[in-house]
Amino acid sequence: MYQIRLFAARHSRAFEWIYKRVESILVWMDPVFSRIGYNRVERPVAFIERGVKTLLFDCKMCGQCVLSSTGMSCPMNCPKQLRNGPCGGVRPGGFCEVKPEMRCVWVLAWDGASQMQDGQQIRDVLPPVERNLEGSSSWLRVSREKAANMRAARQAARTALADAFPEARSHEPSTAPLAEEPNRALKGSALK
Amino acid sequence: MSDYLSHEFAIDSYRPPPEGHVSHSRLERVLRAGRFAVTAESNPPDSADPEDVYQAAQPLGEVVDAINATDASGANCHMSSVGISALLTRAGYSAVYQISCRDRNRIAIQGDVLGAAAMGISNVLCLTGDGVGVGDQPGAKPVFDVDSLSLLRIIRMMRDQGQFLSGRKIKRPPNLFLGAAENPCIPPLEWRADRLAKKVEAGADFIQTNYIYDIQVFEAFMSRVRDMGLDRKVFILAGVGPLASARAARWMRSNVPGIHIPDFMISRMEQAENPGLEGKKICIELIQQIKEIAGVSGVHVMAYRREHLVSDIIRESGVLDDRKKTRTAR
Repeated sequence: MYQIRLFAARHSRAFEWIYKRVESILVWMDPVFSRIGYNRVERPVAFIERGVKTLLFDCKMCGQCVLSSTGMSCPMNCPKQLRNGPCGGVRPGGFCEVKPEMRCVWVLAWDGASQMQDGQQIRDVLPPVERNLEGSSSWLRVSREKAANMRAARQAARTALADAFPEARSHEPSTAPLAEEPNRALKGSALK
Repeated sequence: MSDYLSHEFAIDSYRPPPEGHVSHSRLERVLRAGRFAVTAESNPPDSADPEDVYQAAQPLGEVVDAINATDASGANCHMSSVGISALLTRAGYSAVYQISCRDRNRIAIQGDVLGAAAMGISNVLCLTGDGVGVGDQPGAKPVFDVDSLSLLRIIRMMRDQGQFLSGRKIKRPPNLFLGAAENPCIPPLEWRADRLAKKVEAGADFIQTNYIYDIQVFEAFMSRVRDMGLDRKVFILAGVGPLASARAARWMRSNVPGIHIPDFMISRMEQAENPGLEGKKICIELIQQIKEIAGVSGVHVMAYRREHLVSDIIRESGVLDDRKKTRTAR
């Protein structure tokens, strides 16, 4: 698996391309997942995700995948589980301080990121892992989060209206609505 | 004596930091005043006697702006860094409280940060920490819940937004001068300056580097740092220390994580008639060379078990210029 992981980091650009396709399908599937219920799809999707990503990246199922920001080198394989590496203990030749026989996960990450289209994302400071999400599907989380972002962008216009007419919003709230509209209430809705 | 050199006593009551500052730290005042700063690491005692902390600090106190209290460095157990820092602060020194992510999770660290600030500690150095395997208790569970960068961000949020990571309000936020480490002479050399940029982005106000023995590599690093404009955003203190002998240097290189000592340094130590003296001489030369590099704001002296040399090294290097002693004995 270690060899495949090295291969993935070496070919980070190709894997980035593939993942972007997978991600757009996942986001497109959000209404389907919502209808079936994210709770119900969680286990089968997590099962598939674990299989695929363990094979390719030695995935540890942290539930908050950041491979696109770490040069396709999984940071959970770092013995210190750094999300913003490398540490100051990297050995000559780029080997790990704790496991001297292993290439430093973060040396691979920075090298991998330098080949990627969105490689500059490695410069973002990543938050610590939320350990209670371990074992859950990161794919479904991405699908939910990106879909929520898109909904929020669509809502922005309506929120702006309510913000611009605060008195109307407070006295006649139906003239500047904020609550989520059910699909049937909307004429010619794109949400249908 | 100007204000930035005045003593920094333990804070009895909470007060906001001076204008243009984030803390009451003497180190911050010296750096913001544009003076070349000197910090040093004190050897943590294996003892519960405060006198042992004061004795370790005494040879350093007369020449430095702040004293670092290490947090079980090399994963070896000693008196805690928060304990040492609180004692040093009580004695009138400016302490740099080192926090390693190896031994405590985010709940413990955020609580300790508030406690430390309440005891008058005003400098914090956020570190990842060496792996437990190199220490005296290799069976310990490594924690690494957060890393040095997310820790910087968390403490900055506590200080500037007055809230915990959970968003819960902090009544009186901790006024801390935030530090981080960098290791410019260790691979991946080409990405070290970029990682420094991330640390600045995460919230670092100052940087203390690991040992610099290879001035060429450090110069290349600093030139990248200047190109990225980082020297204007963060104060960089370069790490130095006297070598004891060629054998000790070789041992350090192969056994202590993250130390790069080039072969020419080791052969210079080998050829010396008096290695101890040569080590001191090399250290003084390095400090003088470092001081000439644009963008460097000070030096950080780590003289493990050679603390008695620090005062001479600093004086002979001439970096204090006309500066008066910041503090005599306790």
